[in-house]
Amino acid sequence: MLEVKDLHVTVEDKAILKGLDLTVNAGEVHAIMGPNGAGKSTLSAVIAGKEGYEVTQGTILFEGQDVLEMEIEERARAGLLLGFQYPIEIPGVKNIYLLKAALNAQREARGEGEIPAPEFMKLVREKSAQMQMDPSFLQRAVNEGFSGGEKKRNEILQMLVLEPKLAMLDEIDSGLDIDAMKIVAQGVNSLRSAGRAILLVTHYQRLLNHIEPDRVHVLVDGRIVKSGDKELALELEARGYEWVLEESVA
Amino acid sequence: MASEEMEQLVRREYKQGFVTDIESDTVPPGLDESVIAFISQKKDEPQWMLEWRLEAYRQWLKMTPPSWAHLEYPEIDYQAISYFSAPKKPEDRPQSLDEVDPKLLETYEKLGIPLHERAALAGVAVDAVFDSVSVTTTFKEKLAEAGVIFCSISEAIREYPELVRQYLGTVVPQADNFFAALNSAVFTDGSFVYVPEGVTCPMELSTYFRINAANTGQFERTLIICDKKAQVSYLEGCTAPMRDENQLHAAVVELVALEDAYIKYSTVQNWYPGDEDGKGGIYNFVTKRGDCRGDRSRISWTQVETGSAITWKYPSCMLRGKESIGEFYSVAVTNGRQQADTGTKMVHIGENTRSTIVAKGIAAGHSDQAYRGLVKIGPRAKGARNYTQCDSLLIGDKCGAHTFPYQEIGNSSATVEHEATTSKIADDQLFYCRARGIDEEDAVSMIVNGFCKDVFQELPMEFAVEAEALLNVTLEGSVG
Repeated sequence: MLEVKDLHVTVEDKAILKGLDLTVNAGEVHAIMGPNGAGKSTLSAVIAGKEGYEVTQGTILFEGQDVLEMEIEERARAGLLLGFQYPIEIPGVKNIYLLKAALNAQREARGEGEIPAPEFMKLVREKSAQMQMDPSFLQRAVNEGFSGGEKKRNEILQMLVLEPKLAMLDEIDSGLDIDAMKIVAQGVNSLRSAGRAILLVTHYQRLLNHIEPDRVHVLVDGRIVKSGDKELALELEARGYEWVLEESVA
Repeated sequence: MASEEMEQLVRREYKQGFVTDIESDTVPPGLDESVIAFISQKKDEPQWMLEWRLEAYRQWLKMTPPSWAHLEYPEIDYQAISYFSAPKKPEDRPQSLDEVDPKLLETYEKLGIPLHERAALAGVAVDAVFDSVSVTTTFKEKLAEAGVIFCSISEAIREYPELVRQYLGTVVPQADNFFAALNSAVFTDGSFVYVPEGVTCPMELSTYFRINAANTGQFERTLIICDKKAQVSYLEGCTAPMRDENQLHAAVVELVALEDAYIKYSTVQNWYPGDEDGKGGIYNFVTKRGDCRGDRSRISWTQVETGSAITWKYPSCMLRGKESIGEFYSVAVTNGRQQADTGTKMVHIGENTRSTIVAKGIAAGHSDQAYRGLVKIGPRAKGARNYTQCDSLLIGDKCGAHTFPYQEIGNSSATVEHEATTSKIADDQLFYCRARGIDEEDAVSMIVNGFCKDVFQELPMEFAVEAEALLNVTLEGSVG
């Protein structure tokens, strides 16, 4: 589904990713782990199309399409969706309005018509109940005055409504207490399906206790230096990142 | 986003630029006492009205145009303007829509104002001013039943001279300022509203007017009087066809609220802003002032300003009555080469008077805008309160926004608060929306509409929808 080959990315002339390779198949959950500054968030930002990142080498293919040739919104419409580490506040714009505009933009791109209002309301009510969000959140301005946990739940709510093919979740566990983490994890787990892939970017292993990954990758200094199954995450938790780095150099 | 992309997309053609071909009865350009006499005669005015105009004209001759505004424009040649233009055969006014020139109706259609449908659906009485003469007035009977007078100012001068004489020029005196004096001398039409004591006007009153005959200045005069315990909501909306000459528009609006009266005055202004070099747009120099003459009276101005090459406009409230309330809610959008210097004046004279100012400015392209607000608390205005909030949003890096707040506090028991912010439309907000699949233009309009929400919610419902649509059209292509 997603194929990243020899990806080199610089930010303000500083090399961040230095030849990253990653293949994610439909139905899989992948976790990208690594120390601070390794380039984890850069990877998901580049795939989503954020400005300020220069791809100097390499390719990103999503279902055979060249992602780097696509506009930001085209990527989202193709089914690539980024859950933000720091969700953005948009004063005066209702949460439900953003959801509806996004869903209809994606439906339109797929040649489907706008979703009928009653159907949309039913969908959104159901999904916000799943995320244990009071319906009043839908009427509030996007992320404005939301707590950290509420913002993250709101990100997952968007995923549940928009149903991407590839959900990329950047540090979705940061700033969450254990109850909020369970709600978020339950939301992510409900997204798991044969046709969908999930890419988790995380600093800590604890998220992976709740969302079990199929593959774990260690990103150090702009490259994936080690990949394994979920046991690798546990080993990292116990031993830190140093040994992986040493192993890769050796 | 790259500024050259923005540049490219900022250029859009004015969607409502077209000229309706109806022959006009126009005087040659130029202004002297004989032109004023001609206007007065054309309007069948009584002698006192002509004298009032001439007094204003003689004062105007001694005045100079204001130069303090943050605006740049070539000097206006007042002798090159034609001061009267009316559709032919004004004596044969149509009695119903069926009799209205089909071309005029077509014009309304192009503007998206299906007059009859709109009137019927929304319950709005429309006093449509086409050039300078009212062509059609609807729902008059229903209003008459309630005792509300809603007609053109010319008709009011003929039919209700005592009311007009009592109030005209009492809020904006003839020599108030250069443009008001010019208006007083040569105004050709506008609306008159009188709501009698205790009456709540049964419908929203609406005037759509547009400038049509090429090279003709438009001088509207509007007078609204709300008697004790009376209420009215008045909507003003306008668009104009595309043309080459810069057009002067100098309107005067006077509102009078007596004891416990409430006047809500809403404007959506969409005049031609000029081409991408700023050529050909409307010059809009307007004097709007409300007088809260009675105790506990309230006047509320809500405006959405998207058009004109130059806007010079400060709807104001004189808060004379005890516990009277003045409000100003404004969204001003400038794009291309537009310039706007707009704001309000709240003059607190009576005790425990209150005022609220919420001004939102959005600048895109190469446009420049200023908020200029005066809050004046007089020595007798014990316990007066003002709250001012002005926010500016910049789109791109070639536009500018300025805030000039003035406060004159003559009473130590007053409370005056002022908050101001300026922000650039945030790239991270745009990215967030686009990363959800929303295209950039829709994302911008979503963010901008969110920014304006505090003001839009003050507009009457059907007007709010229009204002949002207008905002989107104005900012179309303001980003790549």
